[in-house]
Amino acid sequence: MNALVPLPVLLPLCVTGLKLAIGPRLHRFQRFISLAVLGAVLVLSVVLMVAADRHGPLSVHLGDFAPPVGITLVADRLAGLMLTVSSAITLLVLVYSMGQGMADRDDQAPVGVFHPAYLILVAGVSCTFLAGDLVNLYVGFEIMLVASFVLLTIGGTATRIRAGSTYVIISLFSSVLFLVAIAMTYAVAGTVNFAQLAQRLQEVPLGVRTLLEAMLLTVFAIKAAVFPLAAWLPDSYPTAPAPVTAVFAGLLTKVGVYSMLRTQTLLFPGHRLGDLLMLAALASMGVGILGAVAQTDLKRVLSFTLISHIGYMVFGIALAGRTSISGAIVYVAHHITVQTTLFLVAGLIERRDGTTELTRLGGLARAAPLLAVLFFVPAMNLAGIPPLSGFIGKLGLMRAGVADGGGWAWALVAGSAATSLLTLYVMAKVWNLAFWRDAPPGAEEEGVVLESAEDDDTGDDDTDDEEERPTGSGLPVPAGAVVAAGFLGQSITTTKHLPWPMVAATGAAVALGLSYTVLGGPLTTFTQAAATELLARTPYIEAVLGR
Amino acid sequence: MTVSLSLLVAAAVLNAVGASLLLTRSLTRILLGAVVLGNGVNLLVLAATGSAGDAPLLYPHIIRNRVTDPLPQAIALTAIVITLATTAFLLAMAYRSHQVTGSDEISDDTEDRLVALRAEFLDRRGELRDRYREARAEDGGTDAEQRARYRAARKRLRRRVREERAYQARANDVSGNLWNDILGADPEDYREGRERGSTDAAGRPGPAPARIAGPSNDPEETGREPDSLPGEDSCHPPPDQPDDPEGAGTEGTR
Repeated sequence: MNALVPLPVLLPLCVTGLKLAIGPRLHRFQRFISLAVLGAVLVLSVVLMVAADRHGPLSVHLGDFAPPVGITLVADRLAGLMLTVSSAITLLVLVYSMGQGMADRDDQAPVGVFHPAYLILVAGVSCTFLAGDLVNLYVGFEIMLVASFVLLTIGGTATRIRAGSTYVIISLFSSVLFLVAIAMTYAVAGTVNFAQLAQRLQEVPLGVRTLLEAMLLTVFAIKAAVFPLAAWLPDSYPTAPAPVTAVFAGLLTKVGVYSMLRTQTLLFPGHRLGDLLMLAALASMGVGILGAVAQTDLKRVLSFTLISHIGYMVFGIALAGRTSISGAIVYVAHHITVQTTLFLVAGLIERRDGTTELTRLGGLARAAPLLAVLFFVPAMNLAGIPPLSGFIGKLGLMRAGVADGGGWAWALVAGSAATSLLTLYVMAKVWNLAFWRDAPPGAEEEGVVLESAEDDDTGDDDTDDEEERPTGSGLPVPAGAVVAAGFLGQSITTTKHLPWPMVAATGAAVALGLSYTVLGGPLTTFTQAAATELLARTPYIEAVLGR
Repeated sequence: MTVSLSLLVAAAVLNAVGASLLLTRSLTRILLGAVVLGNGVNLLVLAATGSAGDAPLLYPHIIRNRVTDPLPQAIALTAIVITLATTAFLLAMAYRSHQVTGSDEISDDTEDRLVALRAEFLDRRGELRDRYREARAEDGGTDAEQRARYRAARKRLRRRVREERAYQARANDVSGNLWNDILGADPEDYREGRERGSTDAAGRPGPAPARIAGPSNDPEETGREPDSLPGEDSCHPPPDQPDDPEGAGTEGTR
């Protein structure tokens, strides 16, 4: 069973190598192996999650080197859950991106560039979830980041290069900071292995330990886009192709949250920076959601709500109790799914109307009822309307806050309630503008092309009845609008008849979000077990170092 | 563990240099900053070894206590490889940025610029109104010609803001010229724009900070300033005539 642990990292990397050897040929086969490998990773992740739940954390020392020297991979309950959710999401987004590639009659870019970079991204994300030492966590981050650089600037248009520059420089800086933190940790403790650090850091003077904790928290807060360090996110995400934005929004920030969760519980139990974290959480919630209120572009709105909802998870981490950690884990799983789904829906809207600018949208509820449902369910889920999983996560966090009873905790409970309400307001605003009101006059003349009725759904090359959306200097584009663009930054083909793989993938993501409600009981039982395991620390340490 | 002071000092200097280069606007300088910063951090990692000892080769008769700790070296090697990859990517990005926009400088966020534009607009409008009221108070009544002039100035201001917005929005889009945008443009095409950009910024590579109109500006002239938008020169050649929307539109394709 332990031999399965490295596979979620190895499989995508091997397939990437195969793809690079094949080159831009055999498109059908390449699509098939991409799907197959992500499907395999999903199955493996479920197996690892169940195994970690039954038998405790699984660990493997690569090359059989003992902990201080070798690379250790560990799959415990938390890592298993994160792997499962992330691989399900990445699989859905891959299907979606294939739909988009088909609709754009564009085979070269997705298969030649997007698929390898995407698989490397998946490998990097899996590597961070499974990492059993700080250096491997760093390497996982870097694999993920370098792949994300390529994905974010794919096509190399002026907008993407500009947005990508910000992202690359911020990421570069946080990597450097991470490396400094690793050097200091090694100088202090003589190891970078999590399990050994968990034992040795207890003997380190308090000031040094707090310094290490602060540095690691800063690094992860940049990745997770916690408020004072979040300005890069709404600037860089919305310009990428829709599937890329969706998977970034869902996964990449949560990787930061996961790292925070792991290091805070394992290395710095009873930490001293809880109040600071709570302040950051409160500020993230407030600033993020107020930013979302002010925006008029759907992708930007969603980017800002992403920042505000990161605050909930940081809140759970800051309280560091069993209920709150469990609530944070539920929230991470819920938020990965819901945020990705919303960005996928934004991609569908963009596909249909050529824009996500809310002032130019309208009448979608009547014109595309399926799209309306696909948006409405995750939007209400994000706002935390009771039967849905957002409510379960928020309820867990708020109960933990009330049980804690401190001044900061109460402030955060109030803050999270207010943020929920404002999220509902933002989502209602989006709903009213894009779906509920009549289409704004003149929307049809602004280059959005109606297609004729006879479009068959095979998704093959005979989509001639769709017309390119005209661009160029004559098109009246409103200021600040994020212009819809395909993989290479070319104008996308708008169509009233959405490609079925995109709709199916979005529908499946909505269903995954709903399944957290249906499976709410088992999910919370599982996350509470995971939280107990994280706080107890001994199962993890024993699994790595032996008894 | 004893730590070599020279390593630490060198690391600190390199990190300081790298960090300050990272704060500049030009991607090439940032690239250099990344390289220097990477080296500085690698020195810091190596400093975690403590004092140097024998080569860490485990042949017989070696005294294990005197061997240098090999793990920081492994970490530094990993970091070097990763820095190499990032550097290659940054180089490609700087070149691409030069291809697409004619410079390798990072322009402001569109939203930021719109906010700055709005602030500037409100400022100028308020200033116009103040001047108008002042003049009215001095003359003791409204003069039809004065009112018309005030309205005309306001109208020009509004038109300019609209044009700026449309221009920025277009700069967002791909120009539609496949040859230039996807396959790479001939640097000759950008020469004119680059030269003009450098003269406008008065020899300084970074774009001027957001300029709010000083009170000395004649409100009559507010609509006719080609260089009043911050950061304009850095990402695309300035429009020939800001009053000409067609001219602004074709600029992006060059």
